[in-house]
Amino acid sequence: MSTTTTDNDVFEPSPAESAMAAAPVQSSVDWNKVARFGGILALALVFISLSGMPVGLDKRTILYWINPGVYVNNPDGVGLTLGYLSLLIWPILLGWAVGNEVVLEGMQATKRGFSDLLAGFGVGALGGLGVFALTFLMGLDREMDPDSGALVYGVRDPLVNWNENLYVLLTFNRGWGFALWVWPLLAGVLALIGAGLRLLPDGIRKAVLAAVTAIVSVSIFQFLIDDVIEGVGETINDPGRLSNFFGDPDDGRPRVDSVFDGLIEFVYAQTGGLRLQGMILIGVVAAALSLAGSYVTRGRFKASRKAYFDKPLAQRTMSTSVLMFVTALALIILPFFTGKIANELFANVGIFLLLALGLNIVVGLAGILDLGYVAFFAVGGYTTAVLTSAGRGDEWPSWVPLFVTDDGEAVVGGWLIALVFVVIFAAITGLLIGAPVIRMRGDYLAIVTLGFGEIIRLLFLSDWLSGYFGGAQGITNIESADFGPLGTVSGINPRSVFYLVLFFSAIAIYVSWRLERSRLGRAWMAIREDESVAEAMGINTVNMKLMAFVVGAVLASFSGAIFSAKVGSIFPTSFLILVSIIILVVVIVGGMGNIMGVIVGSLVLIGVLGGPKQPGLLQEFSEYKLLIYGALLIWMMLKRPEGLVPNARRSRELHQDEFLQDAWLKGEVDTGDDGDVAVEVAPA
Amino acid sequence: MSERILDINNLSVTFGGLHALKDLNFHVDEGEIVGVIGPNGAGKTTFFNMISGMVTPSSGEILFEGESMIGLDPNQVTQRGISRTFQNVRLFANMTIVENVMVAQHCRTKKGIFSSLFNTPGFRKEEAEIRAHAEKVLGFFGTRLIGYRLEQPASVLSYANRRRLEIARAMATSPRLLLLDEPVAGMNPKESAELTDLIGKLRSEWGFTIVMIEHDMNVVRDVSDRVVCLDHGETLAQGSFEEVSNNPEVIEAYLGRPLEKRA
Ligand SMILES: Nc1ncnc2c1ncn2[C@@H]1O[C@H](COP(=O)(O)OP(=O)(O)OP(=O)(O)O)[C@@H](O)[C@H]1O
Ligand SMILES: [Mg+2]
Repeated sequence: MSTTTTDNDVFEPSPAESAMAAAPVQSSVDWNKVARFGGILALALVFISLSGMPVGLDKRTILYWINPGVYVNNPDGVGLTLGYLSLLIWPILLGWAVGNEVVLEGMQATKRGFSDLLAGFGVGALGGLGVFALTFLMGLDREMDPDSGALVYGVRDPLVNWNENLYVLLTFNRGWGFALWVWPLLAGVLALIGAGLRLLPDGIRKAVLAAVTAIVSVSIFQFLIDDVIEGVGETINDPGRLSNFFGDPDDGRPRVDSVFDGLIEFVYAQTGGLRLQGMILIGVVAAALSLAGSYVTRGRFKASRKAYFDKPLAQRTMSTSVLMFVTALALIILPFFTGKIANELFANVGIFLLLALGLNIVVGLAGILDLGYVAFFAVGGYTTAVLTSAGRGDEWPSWVPLFVTDDGEAVVGGWLIALVFVVIFAAITGLLIGAPVIRMRGDYLAIVTLGFGEIIRLLFLSDWLSGYFGGAQGITNIESADFGPLGTVSGINPRSVFYLVLFFSAIAIYVSWRLERSRLGRAWMAIREDESVAEAMGINTVNMKLMAFVVGAVLASFSGAIFSAKVGSIFPTSFLILVSIIILVVVIVGGMGNIMGVIVGSLVLIGVLGGPKQPGLLQEFSEYKLLIYGALLIWMMLKRPEGLVPNARRSRELHQDEFLQDAWLKGEVDTGDDGDVAVEVAPA
Repeated sequence: MSERILDINNLSVTFGGLHALKDLNFHVDEGEIVGVIGPNGAGKTTFFNMISGMVTPSSGEILFEGESMIGLDPNQVTQRGISRTFQNVRLFANMTIVENVMVAQHCRTKKGIFSSLFNTPGFRKEEAEIRAHAEKVLGFFGTRLIGYRLEQPASVLSYANRRRLEIARAMATSPRLLLLDEPVAGMNPKESAELTDLIGKLRSEWGFTIVMIEHDMNVVRDVSDRVVCLDHGETLAQGSFEEVSNNPEVIEAYLGRPLEKRA
């Protein structure tokens, strides 16, 4: 989004409307655009259908009350399922998107109205026709097998999901003739609703969106809400828990009855999904909160945010430290009010956050595109495993320490001592991999690091070293990290893992934050900008790049050490290239070079979608995780290449024109005409 | 009699079959300002690239303050005390103006990773000094590059100011020998006259010895003690501006061979 058109600080709030009201131009439907968006929608719907998502997610009811009145794959047979939602959401989004237009400052805006609705309906109807076309082709291909009486499909082989389940789902079990009119109509109406959202006044639209978002999230995240209620209940019943950080896990105590139980029963149906009454309740509450919220704050939040970012960096420190303190406090208390599932999720997010923070120094700050970053995660994990597992390979000589007592318990502080070795080996691996590749630039470096990442994994997998690392069997029985009086960190108590990971993430954040503002950080930035010039300005680029590489390696190895203690067993398959790629995606989607961005990226990607093997909030989507990752990445690269929370520098780089235009509006652009500037200022 | 700061003997650079520099002999005395002129493609920039270590000569020697510079990496050359600007301005466009100058002090400062992490008093002192020096260097160009400009990215600067910032960046490495590649290119007459002045001050106030490539003959005349003309990688003439500019071979190199001589 161009900053010039939307956030003009000269006007009072909602300049968009007033500008639009000024001199609207009567609009007509841009059929070209409608056709384009309709085509995109049709393709998207067909693609999603064939990805298997609708059928796969059809078991999960979202809204219990909607009864399509026909067969769905859900045995309970009623409700809007997540499967249908995965299709029906798109007409709404594209119907909204087709009305989008860029209004430049001082240009006449088109008048909104009937034509938008018509365009929306057109887009939806075209998309619906796409679905119909799919069902029609499937219908043609559908044949009764004379022997078994089952329905078989000719192209089943290449397209796994081209099958009876999908056909039934898409035709509501009424044949393609039904799909012919139902899909264009259904998608058309949904897209019309999406387009209609634009016509609503700002406040109302926000309230509607809040209601819909709340309804969908409350029903998708039912398990999470259960989990939180459990955590809150436990803490209310037993406040003493709050002093006990690494203490006993949320063990198998019976679920605490809580005041919320009645509410839960009111809101959710027995079979999962929201009841009609629950839906109304949640929708109304969310809408009311949204309305009240926008009435109370009336842009004050935005204003204070702006005031904060307008301050020069030096003066922000005060507000920043207050903000950080509050956040830290919240994070420390939070796990006591959530259950096991959420804490497990936090722990996974933390492990990947730590990795992403390290990679952010390497890629975001120094500009070294390291695609083999998982190697250091693996080194951290395996080093910890070798030092703290009785089940390590039997070829280790006896002088290699093993921090396990004779009766097979973890040695107090053993993990911490192992960590010292972890840091040393990570740094050595960093130097060994770094030394040969660091002289390369750009793509060459990326490819070679990719190779080294694989080599490290293959070494751990190899038969040759299986006496040490167990080959494909990996190393099991890794002891938990025993901190003596502080408690023990292990996988059965995700809360403790969360605290450990939080501690190390805090270290990583501190390290990135300090380094960014130091002589080293500047040198890294210069190398990222122009390596040859940086060298000509006296920066030893080889040493500096190597240093970034090693700092990144050490941070990743911390993560590996925690991972090892958490999971209790590691295998080469935990360290696939995919891990490197996903960490990189986290950094890119979050906002390269920005600590806040990396945090948001890990929360969104690992927390919501899940890690390479770890489930996220959207557990149901695990199977399609990579698909969603890919789609998200492409969308980000097209629409917001600077990431969710952009680094000021990077967004400047990517939106140079807009930035300059902005500066020009503020009268800050240097026109070069400086006849009136005093030159006689002598050096002090 | 001043010291010889740079001494280049029989130096050649080849790119594939092209002799960009041929058996070049060149020297600079401490405190001199030497102008290097020559037609396009004469090898002037290559000459700078070679001194600053970005291009390796195929033969010959380069002595800076009596020590050989052959085989040093560009950063080592800068460390020894030679700094340069680029003909096609190459700033760190997304770093702020003050950062561009601060980063150039890298080789003159030394606080490492641990003092940065622990924010030691020594680290803070050094940072303050780096910053102060950067502001002092930028102040050399008047008010253009200081004040609110300090925290702006280099990319917002006008062309002339980018050139000034390049010079500031080179100054910040605290060199003894400063190589300026066409410092006034793209500037209007008023701006180049002013910069000519500043180049003089770079010597008188900052004590730099300067070698300057320049096509603008007014600037070369006003500021150089000595002028060297290169053509096809060879020294065509050297001496005072008048001597070189009246040298028939130089005129020929610039204007082409007069008709009667061609036959
Ligand atoms: N890296 C390189 N590889 C191959 N040829 C090069 C390289 N650098 C320069 N040259 C060639 O060497 C010759 C001298 O180039 P150089 O840039 O030094 O000229 P110049 O005197 O600076 O010209 P100008 O006045 O246009 O800046 C040119 O023919 C150029 O094409
Ligand atoms: Mg040149």
